[in-house]
Amino acid sequence: MNLTCIICPKGCLLTVETENGRVVSVTGNTCERGEKYAVSECVNPTRTLTTTARVAGGGMVSVKSDKPLMKGNLSEYMKIINKLSLLPPIHIGDIIIENINETGINIVATKNIKGVNYNA
Amino acid sequence: MKKIDLVIIGGGPAGMAAAVSAYNNGIKNILILEREDSLGGILQQCIHNGFGLHKFKEEFTGPEYAWKYEKQVLDLNIPYQLNTMVIDISADKAVTFTGEHGGSQTVQAKAVILAMGCRERSRGALNIAGTRPAGIFTAGTAQRFVNIMGYMPGKRIVILGSGDIGLIMARRMTLEGAKVEAVCELLPYSSGLTRNIVQCLNDFDIPLKLSHTVVKIHGKERVTGVTIAKVDQNRKPIAETEEYIACDTLLLSVGLIPENELAKSAGIELDLVTGGAVVNQNRETSQIGIFACGNVLHVHDLVDFVSEEAELAGIAAAKYISESVKREENRIIFHLSEGISYIVPHRINSDQNDVILYFRVANVFKNVIIIVRDNEKVLFKTRKQRVMPGEMERIRLTADMLRSIKGDTVYIELEHVN
Repeated sequence: MNLTCIICPKGCLLTVETENGRVVSVTGNTCERGEKYAVSECVNPTRTLTTTARVAGGGMVSVKSDKPLMKGNLSEYMKIINKLSLLPPIHIGDIIIENINETGINIVATKNIKGVNYNA
Repeated sequence: MKKIDLVIIGGGPAGMAAAVSAYNNGIKNILILEREDSLGGILQQCIHNGFGLHKFKEEFTGPEYAWKYEKQVLDLNIPYQLNTMVIDISADKAVTFTGEHGGSQTVQAKAVILAMGCRERSRGALNIAGTRPAGIFTAGTAQRFVNIMGYMPGKRIVILGSGDIGLIMARRMTLEGAKVEAVCELLPYSSGLTRNIVQCLNDFDIPLKLSHTVVKIHGKERVTGVTIAKVDQNRKPIAETEEYIACDTLLLSVGLIPENELAKSAGIELDLVTGGAVVNQNRETSQIGIFACGNVLHVHDLVDFVSEEAELAGIAAAKYISESVKREENRIIFHLSEGISYIVPHRINSDQNDVILYFRVANVFKNVIIIVRDNEKVLFKTRKQRVMPGEMERIRLTADMLRSIKGDTVYIELEHVN
């Protein structure tokens, strides 16, 4: 099977050989992460989810999963995130959803949103 | 007139990195002028990840990458003005601007760094037939609507152009529940990164139609559909291949143009291919003391190299301000062989430091050798399995190589091998 590695912008062309659903060899990668990606892509493909969540009072805050999530379930996680309405202030790295759907993976903020100044 | 050592136009990744690097090289009297209401530039709406792998060996989203530099600007107390638009730069570096801090004012700078970034080509540049309904957006505008403001521009989408922003938006709209019917690309290859084709299109079974374009837009009040067609070798649509796709939105990702109106008003020589200034290895333009870096100089695919380039401009501007030495004559210019569309820097006037050459090829080529030579003498040679216009090439010429160069022209060539 041929894959394009998506770990970095280099985009190495990988060739993966499998036997009975198990990866026996990976070639074409130029770093160790490429090999890891190839195995994960064949066994359990995952992606880091990046999206936005609504901020109460207007605007959006960008968020991401702090580890890659199962590729097939991304739309399920999107539904959960799109129900949120978050109170500022929000800081980069703040956990927005802890352990989403019992995956052990958190959704964290990737942008700073200042608190609303009601005196202004 | 108020005097400022270094005025930086634009507070995006290029402007911030240039400011920090100039500050760390001894220049404290700096002013960053930013048009938007926050620092960070376009990174603020680029919420996807993949930024910083070269620079920090770690993967960040756009806003996180911007924060790395914004935090330094804040910690170092480098002055900046938001919601401020620069109107004019004169050849002698008087900078006129207007914004929230009062009416029009002019400051006299010792040096200026241009870091205004680029803008998107729009429908007007494409000559697509049809009506003028609502629902036609550039991909970057749609990205701003979704990621910053929280509005969805439409439900059924066709994207014209397979540059990275178009690909990223195909995934983004899909994740938010829209249906992306197709991505059409005029050329026989995509100008986006391969990884983006994999993770933005293939992951969601979005068809990429190469050698296809939109020939007509339908709809009166709102887009109701587009007619697409395959194009021949001369990029002319083939009538028999026309196909109607119902949709309510057309996104355009058809190229970026460096935003150089100010460079023109300062009388700076521009490169017709990049749309940016002609510069030497210090990113100094034809006007002494005016530097340019980032997407206003040439459109980059990775912000990491914008930062790298901006640091060079910052160091050079600091040196120019503090040493007031005369600019050296240009020692080297480049001659590009067929198949290479541009190179930055355009000129080299010093052999004191290594110089990294950034260039792009004009087409997709397999199995090529990139050769850098001084007349008959080969300075550098590297073999590539595949080169493509969407992926910028980088070659380091060491100071030793530069010192060894006898001629005044260095040849950059592509040799095809089997």
